[in-house]
Formats: sequence, C-alpha cells, structure tokens
Amino acid sequence: MSNTKNLFDKVWDLHTVKTLDSGQDQLLIGLHLIHEVTSPQAFEMLRDRGLKVLFPERTVATVDHIVPTLNQSRPFADNLAEQMMTAIEKNCSEFGITLLDVEDSRQGIVHVVGPEQGLTQPGMTIVCGDSHTSTHGAFGSIALGIGTSQVAHVLATQTMALGRPKVRQILINGELGPGVTAKDITLYVIRKLGVQGGVGYAYEYAGEVFDRMSMEERMTVCNMSIEGGARCGYINPDQTTVDYLKGRPSSPEGAAFEKAADWWLSLASGPDAKFDDVVEFDAADIEPTVTWGITPAQSVGISETLAPIASYPKDEQTLIKEAFRYMEFEENQPIKGQKIDVAFIGSCTNSRISDLREAAKVVQGRHVSEHVKALVVPGSQLVRKQAIEEGLDKIFTDAGFEWREAGCSMCLAMNPDKLVGNELCASSSNRNFKGRQGSPTGRTLLMSPTMVAAAAINGCVSDVREMLNAVPV
Amino acid sequence: MIKIESITGTCIPLLLDDIDTDRIIPARFLRCVTFEGLGEHAFEDDRIQDPDHPFDKPQFQNASILIGGRNFGCGSSREHAPQSLIRWGIKAIIAESYAEIFFGNCTSLGVPAVCASRETLETLDQTVQSHPEQEVTVDLLTMKINCGDQQFDCTLPENARAALTTGTYDFLAQLLKSTSEIKEQAATVPYFTSFA
Repeated sequence: MSNTKNLFDKVWDLHTVKTLDSGQDQLLIGLHLIHEVTSPQAFEMLRDRGLKVLFPERTVATVDHIVPTLNQSRPFADNLAEQMMTAIEKNCSEFGITLLDVEDSRQGIVHVVGPEQGLTQPGMTIVCGDSHTSTHGAFGSIALGIGTSQVAHVLATQTMALGRPKVRQILINGELGPGVTAKDITLYVIRKLGVQGGVGYAYEYAGEVFDRMSMEERMTVCNMSIEGGARCGYINPDQTTVDYLKGRPSSPEGAAFEKAADWWLSLASGPDAKFDDVVEFDAADIEPTVTWGITPAQSVGISETLAPIASYPKDEQTLIKEAFRYMEFEENQPIKGQKIDVAFIGSCTNSRISDLREAAKVVQGRHVSEHVKALVVPGSQLVRKQAIEEGLDKIFTDAGFEWREAGCSMCLAMNPDKLVGNELCASSSNRNFKGRQGSPTGRTLLMSPTMVAAAAINGCVSDVREMLNAVPV
Repeated sequence: MIKIESITGTCIPLLLDDIDTDRIIPARFLRCVTFEGLGEHAFEDDRIQDPDHPFDKPQFQNASILIGGRNFGCGSSREHAPQSLIRWGIKAIIAESYAEIFFGNCTSLGVPAVCASRETLETLDQTVQSHPEQEVTVDLLTMKINCGDQQFDCTLPENARAALTTGTYDFLAQLLKSTSEIKEQAATVPYFTSFA
C-alpha cells in the first residue's frame, strides 16, 4: 500500500461501498451510536417504509440528553422526557438494539460510554445523531455527527451518502506550560482558525503535544473539532490507544486483540503521508483559555483583555458587537476577575475521570465562593462510581459542589439543570451559544475543568496556575 | 421524489453570521418524538428578546426563501433545525456559507441551501427590506438567483445539486439498492469479522 495515504484516506477507502450517481460515496458504518433525542423520528421513518435494521448488533443506544441528574427514578417528572425514554426503549426492543438505560450501570453520555466500553476502536467509521461524535476520532476513527434522516439511513443500510472531505493536519510541537490542558489547546486552535475554518475538512491532530496525551485528553481535543467547523477530527492510534483498549468489555480478546492492535497501528498516517493542508502551532504560545463571547472562537488567554470591536476585521464587527452586548462585557476589560454565578463541570468534552481528578486537586481543602452554584456531573455511571471509590465526590461536596448523576445536564439544559435569567456560568462544556445553557439570556464562559474549579472557588474567572502550587488556607 | 429545479417565493432576511442550530430551535423544544409543531418555535429565544425579529414581522410571514449570513446552521447536528424552518414555511436558503451537518440535513430534506456572495446577500437584503412582496427565484438548473430585473450567481456543490434536480435527495432509496454489496464490503473490514 502506498505510504502517502493518511489515516483518513485509508479508513475512508476501506469503507467505501460504491460511489453514488450524485458523486457522494456510500460509506459503510462500523459503529452507530444512538440516543433518545435524535433517534425516535428515524425509527418512525423505518416503520413508515416497513424496513428493518440491517446490522442491529452494530448500533448501541444510551440515554443522556434528557435524563435528570438529581433523581433518575422512573417515571421522570418531565412528561415529555418520560415519553422520549419510553420511545427509545420501545424502539430498541422492537428493532433488536442494545440499550444502556438509566438502570444499566454502563449508562452515560454517549461519547463517554462508547470509548469506556471499548465500542470505539481505531479504523472504524462511527456515526451518531450528535455533532460531538467527533470525540471518537481520538482513537483514529472517522467519527461523524449526522442528522436524523441519516440515522434512519444507517439503521436501514449500515451506510450513508457522504462527500469526501479534505484533510488538514494540525501540527503542535513543543512544551505546554503548567496548567495548560487539552481544552485550552482545542479552544486555542478554534480561536486561531475560526468557527468555520474547518468547513470542508477533517482534522488530523499531530505532533508531540498529542503524542504525549492520554486518551481522555485526546477525546477532549477531538470533541471540539466540530466547533471549529471541521467535519471530524482524529489522532493517529499509537501504543497509548492500544493500552487504553486492552481489557475493555467490547475490545477484542486474546489473539484477536494482538491482530487488532497490529492493524490499528498500521492505519496511522506515516511520515510520508500527504495532506491537503497543514497548519502549525507552537505549544508554548498556549495559555489557559476562556471564551468571552457567543461563539467558541471568541476566546482569550486568561492574562489578556477583551480586544476592542474596532480591532476586528470589518466583516466581523457586527457579530463582535453583538457578543459584547449579549455577554454584558466591556471592551478592554480583563476576563480574569469577572464574577460568575454558576460553575459546571461536566459534558462530553470534560466529564471523564481524569477531568474530575484534576478539578478535585484544585478544589481539595478549599470552598466554593458563597454566591456560586457549583455542580459536578460525571459523564457516565462508571465514571461516577470510580470517582466515588477515589473519594472525589467527598472532595467536591465538602467544598460545596453538588454531586450529580450521569448525563449531559447543563451543557445543553434539556433536563432540569438550567441557568436562570442572565446568570454567567463557568463551564467545562463545548458551546457558549446564546441561550445554550437553558435560559434564553444565560451566558457561558467555556474553559477547562480545572479553570472552572478555580472560578467556583474564587467566585470569579481565575488563573488556575496561581492555585496549583498554593497551599489552601 | 419530486425534482427540485427551482424555488420561487418571497424572502425573509436574516443576514447575520454564525447562526447556530440552538438559536434556530432551542434545545427545550427537542423534547419530542416527532418533528410536528416545531415550526412555531423557530428562533423562539431570539424572537423573545428582539421585538423586531423578522420571523415576527407580518410582511415576511409568507416568505419561503431565507437569506442568511456566514456559517449558517453551525453547532448541533439536530435535524430539528431544518425541520422547524420547513414547518415555518422555508423552502430554500441563500447564505454566504453553511456548517456541513446542517447543509447535509437540508439537502436530504429537499431544501436547497445555496451560497451567494456577501454583495449579493446585501443587495437581496436591501431589496427585501424595502419590497417584501418581491418574488425571488433560486434556479438550480442555471445556478442563478432572479430578483425582478436583477440576476445573481449562486453556488451549490454538484452532488447536492444533482440530487435535488434529479429528485434523488432521499438517499435511502439509493442506499437500499446495494444491500448485497454492503454485506460484501463488510466482509472485507477486519473488525466486522472480529479480526478472524
């Protein structure tokens, strides 16, 4: 095989069934994840046409978006949420699909559960009716968010029609400063390339910074590819990937695992791999980053001030002006010291055990500021269980955080966890869109989980680096 | 499927950049098991806060062509967004650019989402603001936008244009034709056969 092929092209080619008359490829899908929000209409489409699920064992369902995080006993207090639960249970049962329901100890955010169970593997094509499916690219898979019609296509045919994107390599070498996390890197990339910089592209993240990352950090980076406009993002599989997958419930076992590992590693883009574009950044330029506006690209390093409207290109000024108005911020103000009302640690971006461990280090021995409502929502029931075993729940609750059940929660506020009025939330989630966190005038500052922890303790946006070595009083 | 060769109708202007799908249809309206009834909630939170929102203005109530800005439909993959616009009455969108999942959703629902230059969008915006009754045609055969005696170029990726104009945008029917090839392809993929 030609060694000029990058991972994306190798995996795409392997899964191409044919090229359709429209010019799009009919792409075979290896893993289809579904949840309660974007699947019910797809099952209705199947019923309307009298279709079955072609490979039911290749679809796995869980519930995450609407599940309450305080009391998960059924029926849910929200009748609409309860209807959605009933629908996914009925659909999975009727079409022969495994469902990890709230009673199942493996339930959680779909993008946390897939990797945790070993369902997500290198070389796969993975889709889900959820834009943050890009998370699974951390394993060296092509992982795409899709719409509900496409969910129906994949259920019925295990394929979908898709145009082939170009591939851009995002190369980051060098040393990261202390306190700089995967979240800061992804926010930095989006800031530099813009929210539509990735349109038409798949992103390959490569270089020393990503090589050194744990799988969970890689997931955080790939998760937010979509916020930069990219169709998906991935990191080449390496020994870290193989080690993560060994022994997971859905990983191959024994000789099959060895064979799988060899194949996974063979998929990585080699030194001669070609890309449609390469963009390079220096790790040393990245500092803890916080969004201040209404798109994920509107961010600053923690030590910066908010640049005045006039400093932006003319065609961006309308949006920047609207961001200042909506966020109630002033030009030239520092972001550090900005008082917050709510702190949220959770979401498919940053709710894994390593996120909770790092945040707990900041929180330990300190207390949440009196005026701040702070909550931790683990990404899955297994993350929650692990955290409890390590005593992290106690660290958080002792400090004044609420400790919740697993789900998407206040990332998009489809469940009862919502901002009120124009509350300002320091959030480890992925979107700072207007109204995203459940109040039409609610305001979101995206940052890493350690930065959220620091903001919760101090009651205002803070530089976590100043707390890492300081002894709590 | 019906061939979609052109859409003619009046326009509704929303020439703003980075309109995300949370704004098109806020998440709380996704608590549903059908797409029915989503039309009335299109842009609900923006409308609550902006008494001048075009979606509430009487002169635009019968519009079928939405004029948008750059990166229209970014964010969440929710098909509820185009479904809500369709149910409101939108049949085509003209914008500077689109987020890809939103664009794919529109195409598969038979809604042409064409791109036009900023100058074209600004001209259309001004025309529609002063003459909301002006009919506009988005012609997918000539890739022109006709607005009274004015004509503008627009673009659409060829695969989407072909799918719409030949009435094959419901990809499911095409995908279903290849069941045997799908199974053959699957047999060549190592993990489909458990690395046997």
